[in-house]
Amino acid sequence: MIFQKYAAPKYFYPLAGKCLPWFGWLCILTLVAGLYLGLFVAPPDYQQGETVRIMFIHVPSAWMSMFVYAVMAGAAAVGLVWKIKLTDTFIAASAPIGASFTLLALLTGSLWGKPMWGAWWVWDARLTSELILLFLYLGFMSLQSAIDDPRRASRAGAILLLIGVINLPVIHYSVEWWNTLHQPSSVARIDGPRIHSSILTPLLIMAVAFKLFFISVVLIRMRSDILENEAGSRWLQEQGA
Amino acid sequence: MTYNLGLFASWQRVLKRELLLAYKQRNDILTPLIFFIIVISLFPLGIGPEPDTLRTIAPGVIWVAALLATLLSLSRLFNNELHDGTLEQLLLTPQPTSILIFAKITSHWLTTGLPLVLISPLLALSLDMSTTALSYTMLTLLLGTPILSLIGAIGAALTLGLRGGGVLLALLILPLYIPVLIFATGGIIAASNGFSAEGHLSLISAYLIITLIFAPWVTSYALRVSLD
Repeated sequence: MIFQKYAAPKYFYPLAGKCLPWFGWLCILTLVAGLYLGLFVAPPDYQQGETVRIMFIHVPSAWMSMFVYAVMAGAAAVGLVWKIKLTDTFIAASAPIGASFTLLALLTGSLWGKPMWGAWWVWDARLTSELILLFLYLGFMSLQSAIDDPRRASRAGAILLLIGVINLPVIHYSVEWWNTLHQPSSVARIDGPRIHSSILTPLLIMAVAFKLFFISVVLIRMRSDILENEAGSRWLQEQGA
Repeated sequence: MTYNLGLFASWQRVLKRELLLAYKQRNDILTPLIFFIIVISLFPLGIGPEPDTLRTIAPGVIWVAALLATLLSLSRLFNNELHDGTLEQLLLTPQPTSILIFAKITSHWLTTGLPLVLISPLLALSLDMSTTALSYTMLTLLLGTPILSLIGAIGAALTLGLRGGGVLLALLILPLYIPVLIFATGGIIAASNGFSAEGHLSLISAYLIITLIFAPWVTSYALRVSLD
């Protein structure tokens, strides 16, 4: 099995090193293209004016905040079942990035909300779920840092992630029924997106750029984590690292 | 000594032991209860004594206080057993750990959640709640506090013996308590405004059933991870 081979740090480390420049440069390329299309080419909204451009950062960050949590939970399940050490490295590397995306989504949402809704913060359903997601990330990260034994830390963290991901829909819908002011989703619809392509194109490019950014940073963080854990092992010395 | 006790018998034995221990340390039961009463009486002092305001905030105040009181009591769920070695013996018994853990959770609810349910009418009256709101407060607490004990047990198992365990436990568990808080207070508000609270009650019950099935099992797994 090719997966099993590359799940070993010995093979993963050089593979990640080889992939990194590809993801990194593609990320920079899409980021520049997305930002150019979003900030200079896309027309200002007839209602929201230039403020709508915050969406090109806000929406992809909000997508990423949930995506990263879901991927972490998936990795946690894989790690618990097949006892692959690499998933622990991946989860530990992803958590701060996911938390940063969540914070970025909240901050940009707040910057957009002030001129549009007239308030920095409203207790709306989507904002509140995003805030709770940030709490879940912070809880996970504090649990990991409070446990000294790395094996216990990763397994306890995996349990917490899985409970969190089961609860996430419950939390989301409970908050949704509780109060809603945020506009409903306008991209992921069965009858096709409801926004014009001049806005949709940069939005999707930015979403791809954010994904590539996540992959690149995760690979860098995983590589440094492997270096730290495997310091002094023979294969690392052979690599001349 | 018999080693092949049935599931129900082993549940019963652990529950008996836990209740006896709780009876011997009665102060441990009283502390969360007194905390619950004090927190609720702080709100009129902080917000002002107008009955209209108090009536509006009462469901939320009672429920938030219940969440915090439960949180406060969670650390004693496994900590004493961890220090005197009983917990390891419990995990070594041939009976399924989740049944024994479920007995511990049951005892935790009987000694923490149930007293809150029983004292809540008094506090509801002090906040000027109507009779309907009062009875729905009791009903939602009756359905909701077992969920708090069940989810709390997972958190207590994960943070077992960690430094700064208490605050960490709050950070892990409180976000998971949010659905209970929303459904419960929503139900009380709906009922006191003359609407049906059936939807809210069904949702709490569904959440209770799910946690009832999964929490003891996840807790025993988490305990194994923590003691490993």
